[in-house]
Amino acid sequence: MAEQVYWDDVDVGDEIPTLRKNCSTQQLVVWAGASGDFYQIHYDEGFAKNTGLDGIIVHGALKNAFLGQLLHDWVAPAGRVRKFGCSYRGMDYPNQDITCRGVVTKKYIDGSNHLVDLEIWTENPSGQKTSPGSGTVTLPARG
Amino acid sequence: MAESVVTDAMKAQIGVEGPETVSEVTSTGCRLFARAVGHTDAIFYDREAARARGYRDIVAPPGFLGSAVFRPGERSDGGAHPQAGTPYRRILNGGTTYEYFEPVCAGDIVRSRSKVTEFQERQGSIGSMLITFRETSFVREDGTLVAKMYGSLISY
Repeated sequence: MAEQVYWDDVDVGDEIPTLRKNCSTQQLVVWAGASGDFYQIHYDEGFAKNTGLDGIIVHGALKNAFLGQLLHDWVAPAGRVRKFGCSYRGMDYPNQDITCRGVVTKKYIDGSNHLVDLEIWTENPSGQKTSPGSGTVTLPARG
Repeated sequence: MAESVVTDAMKAQIGVEGPETVSEVTSTGCRLFARAVGHTDAIFYDREAARARGYRDIVAPPGFLGSAVFRPGERSDGGAHPQAGTPYRRILNGGTTYEYFEPVCAGDIVRSRSKVTEFQERQGSIGSMLITFRETSFVREDGTLVAKMYGSLISY
């Protein structure tokens, strides 16, 4: 895990470290069990094609959880993810890169909390934002 | 724009909380969720690692608020379909946002209730659609509001 990021050292416009994912169909099955979403379009190719899809697609909620990890890994160990979410805009497929990215849009103090807002999203191999969203985290402040 | 499909019965649902769901945040559930996502931080897998970082127990990874509860013979989506009574028959999950007020840890029992907060009608690339915005509140056994989930369902 990377070194602690401090609120003082963050600027609006900063891009946070990228998290790259590439799901096997096995990972989608693990996610199905973990989330309770057993819809067959996420692991049964024949079923997915019968519904008109090109093939198995990655769960939108899994991509959202990837964005949760993107933020957690950035703020850990002392920071916390306060809020995060995304729209399920485009489909992603197993065995293709899903790149999770984030850019700082605001930094502010609320009481004793040092907060940062970010624009976050997942990108497919063509660079299209398939899950655009936003997040809020707390970070420790220096001294 | 076509005529509104939002009926008086639907409008009457706005703000009305549905039935309570009780779910458990177990260490096994946290670990499985963390593994499915690919988390590498030990606080999602190991109690001692979590305690060393000031948490009560293994931490629920972002997006995890308890294992889904399955009951034979019941729908797993827990409730009335918002598009009932409209011409739309297909549904898409538009997106989800999680807001945490307190850390959620293994051992917590959370009680949740959902309500519709708004209906919006739009013309989109897939034709006319109805977007139902929902909000779910998660309350720990000691009465503390620990998280909210905001979601949208697209009927088309």
